[in-house]
Amino acid sequence: MSTTSLEALQICEECDTVHRRRAMTRGEVGKCACCGATLEHFHSLNPNTMLALVFTAFIVFVQANLWPIVTLGLNGRHSSTTLWGAIITMWQSSAQVIAVLAAATLFFFPLVKMLSIGWLLWFARQRRCAPGFVPIMVTLHYIGPWTMSEVFVLGALVAIVKAKVYFDVVADPGIYAYAVLTVLITIFARVDMRELWDMRMKDSA
Amino acid sequence: MSGAEKVHVLPRAADLGLIGCHVCRLVCRQPPEDADDMACPRCGSALHRRKPATYTRTWALLLAAFMMYLPANFLPIMRTASLNDVDDNTILSGVKELWINGSADLAIIVFVASIMVPMLKFLVLVTLLISSHMRTDWAQPQRARLYRLVEFIGYWSMLDVFVVALLSALVRFNVLSRVEPLPGVIFFGLTVVLTMLASMSFDPRLIWDSRDSDD
Repeated sequence: MSTTSLEALQICEECDTVHRRRAMTRGEVGKCACCGATLEHFHSLNPNTMLALVFTAFIVFVQANLWPIVTLGLNGRHSSTTLWGAIITMWQSSAQVIAVLAAATLFFFPLVKMLSIGWLLWFARQRRCAPGFVPIMVTLHYIGPWTMSEVFVLGALVAIVKAKVYFDVVADPGIYAYAVLTVLITIFARVDMRELWDMRMKDSA
Repeated sequence: MSGAEKVHVLPRAADLGLIGCHVCRLVCRQPPEDADDMACPRCGSALHRRKPATYTRTWALLLAAFMMYLPANFLPIMRTASLNDVDDNTILSGVKELWINGSADLAIIVFVASIMVPMLKFLVLVTLLISSHMRTDWAQPQRARLYRLVEFIGYWSMLDVFVVALLSALVRFNVLSRVEPLPGVIFFGLTVVLTMLASMSFDPRLIWDSRDSDD
């Protein structure tokens, strides 16, 4: 083995091939030469910008949960629901499994994700390591694939089209807030966790 | 890394005595013998060269998912009731209704998300499990791509579950019109979760393991 230090290396998560890390230029994506998996992206967003995005996402998230998503009208009567309205209905119609799934993937996990990334970045911009750094990072790793806001937006769209056949349908602010939230989540889900880990290594050293 | 390099010359972590943390991706030096109860020095997670018991876990989860998949498709997922009519919908009949009454584009999206994606996941994971178990080097780049596809599309199958939840909460006009969830939707939700867990417990490194002799 050569004398390359371990920090200069990275291992492809999908095929175990060892690569040397190198600086990425704008728009560049590092791919594994063996299996083609993405190794790393170029990141143009610094902690401050990222923090602003997370804060925006949090405000939009609150809006998305407060406002109704859709209103239906039938013979002058109206019915509307929020995300929690749907979750509670599922719980009461003996589909508790679905209620728990929806609450976790559409409310709790996205919320935890936003709050923890915000917390970590808040300290990162002051060049400090956040209290509870390691457990928070490990939690983020595990809840990563379990946030489904973007699926919910498409689901709302399908529900609207289905209901339109029988009812008057009005799309409420909640659905727009959800659409914006999806875009924001997509942006900050790309934050490279390794950068945060590396930052901590330097601090503690 | 230039593309001219031959794939099999690239060093693998196991050959160099290195081990990557699954959680924080730290590159660690592997101790000579048993790596079983080693913890990552940075995040404290257990270090494994391959995900533990990956074949057993993936097969078990896949089998469980398939057992949920059958009732998910045969049982109705939603009941629509109006004054003079009660109608139970399965996933397929929902797609058909959307195709006829609503929008064909959305019907195709729902068909792909609810019917094609789960089936594709079963087929792909079974293919990956069997071919990796045989340690063949057949179509390795394609198999790696299939794995990434399954990981990426997996959770979109929750689409129908959210549609049922929203419609049940919205359509509540007492006797005039009502929508209720039926047990099929629970089985369907569980199928999605179990197939997601199955694809997570499969270790894609196994696809490439034919080129060395250890495990």
